[in-house]
Amino acid sequence: MARVVVDVMPKPEILDPQGQAVAGALPRLGFQGVTEVRQGKHFELEVDDSVDDATLAKIAESFLANPVIEDWAVRRVEL
Amino acid sequence: MKIGVITFPGSLDDVDAARAVRYAGAEPVALWHADQDLHEVHAVIVPGGFSYGDYLRCGAIARFAPVMTSVLDAARGGMPVLGICNGFQILCEAGLLPGALVRNSRLHFVCRDQWLRVENTHTAWSSRYERSAELLVPLKSGEGGYVADRSILDELEGEGRVVFRYVGKNPNGSLRDIAGISSPNGRVVGMMPHPEHAIDALTGPTDDGLGMFYSVLDSLVAA
Repeated sequence: MARVVVDVMPKPEILDPQGQAVAGALPRLGFQGVTEVRQGKHFELEVDDSVDDATLAKIAESFLANPVIEDWAVRRVEL
Repeated sequence: MKIGVITFPGSLDDVDAARAVRYAGAEPVALWHADQDLHEVHAVIVPGGFSYGDYLRCGAIARFAPVMTSVLDAARGGMPVLGICNGFQILCEAGLLPGALVRNSRLHFVCRDQWLRVENTHTAWSSRYERSAELLVPLKSGEGGYVADRSILDELEGEGRVVFRYVGKNPNGSLRDIAGISSPNGRVVGMMPHPEHAIDALTGPTDDGLGMFYSVLDSLVAA
């Protein structure tokens, strides 16, 4: 068994209104100096040893992310 | 003529889509997401709603439903397909139409009657309109911002595949005011606004949407 983390982020050129809304709220809460926020998704998958890196990449690219608007990164983490 | 209307878990506008088909004089056929059988329909409507709760991304899970495999095969064979709202999102996720729909700019869920301009009258779903005609139909979506690479946008414009454009203030940040697009052969159309809610002035803002359903019947008779 292993834990795999997949992070999915909107591509830099895609408008991220959610991130902008968060960034816009920070000064109102008294937090200064945050110049930009981008909001994405974080997945944690528990996988058995039969799942190889190519399969994980396919899961990320074809399902967890939409490559038209999102970038993705897969990493295995130590438990 | 039989026109299939798909129901996914979370579809909302399948009933109105079927009603629009009936108004146009065709027979609506209910298609179930888990059933690959298209029941010999001549065209398919992928309706609006919140399939699978919009989990992961709008349309991301619905595109893998068994019925969609058959719809994609049939569409590649030339069968007319119309995706409305969530249906448009599903067709984009499935790769049948280019680009993607993202969260509205300014984050507001937009629910209003929206003017559209008809830019292409040569698709299977828009032949009954005059070019540059303006239609008033409901728009109700939170993730209706159409985005695509500049090269894709230029290709869509160059090939006349922008079928509908928003008139007046852009409601959701869609690039180049795009409200609806078509496949290269004009048989598959996806749009965020809801023509199926505008088929009778008694129940909608206008009957401007009815032309889309007459159009597809024309295309089927001609085929």
